[in-house]
Amino acid sequence: MSSRRSSRITDEEISELISKLQSLLPESRRRSMSRASAAKLLKETCSYIKSLHREVDDLSDRLSDLMSSMDSGSPQADIIRSILRS
Amino acid sequence: MESKSYTTGSRDNANRNLEGSKTLMASHFLRALFRIQQTSTTRSSFAGRRRRIRRAAYASMAYSAGTRRAWSRALLRKLRSRARLRFPRRLSRAARPQRGDTDQAQVLRKLVPGGPGMDYCKLLEETADYIRCLTTQVRLMQTVMDSISS
Repeated sequence: MSSRRSSRITDEEISELISKLQSLLPESRRRSMSRASAAKLLKETCSYIKSLHREVDDLSDRLSDLMSSMDSGSPQADIIRSILRS
Repeated sequence: MESKSYTTGSRDNANRNLEGSKTLMASHFLRALFRIQQTSTTRSSFAGRRRRIRRAAYASMAYSAGTRRAWSRALLRKLRSRARLRFPRRLSRAARPQRGDTDQAQVLRKLVPGGPGMDYCKLLEETADYIRCLTTQVRLMQTVMDSISS
């Protein structure tokens, strides 16, 4: 993607980038955003990123839990090995 | 001339990049998980293993994007310096407000790695890529969970 090196960023460029962010929001968050201002979209984006960070934390928790009940001879370990080999 | 079904354009390039990096992300994360599994003993704490898994998640994100992106470069730096991986809630000294910043842009800077160093336009670009990568990582972790617990 080419990026202009000029110091003057156009409003159009900004609004294009903001609508791209809008398109990345999941369906559930996008519903109220159809006529949202840039500020509202940014706010929703921040909230979405925070929730994604929380999901990573939560999934790390649960994976750690699951792995504690695994040992190297278990079928689950074989699953991981086979995914790695494929 | 044979007509291909490929379309050209930067969006398609971005999609191709994403496919390649998804594979990289998955293999990196799975290898890390396997290592963690092998090296964590019954004595090692749950919290320690959880921290390693979380770190592996962000590492595989950063390695999949490599040095192509400012956010991944910043993340790689953080990982290599072995600093704690945190997204600070309070505005740190480094995150000085830039010209034209709204309150929300400030908040966004704290959430995206490397945010403080970017101008507004770059911040928006990097945020989009960061979100795409985050959602891919989350989906990857869910998939691994589903296959392990089945």
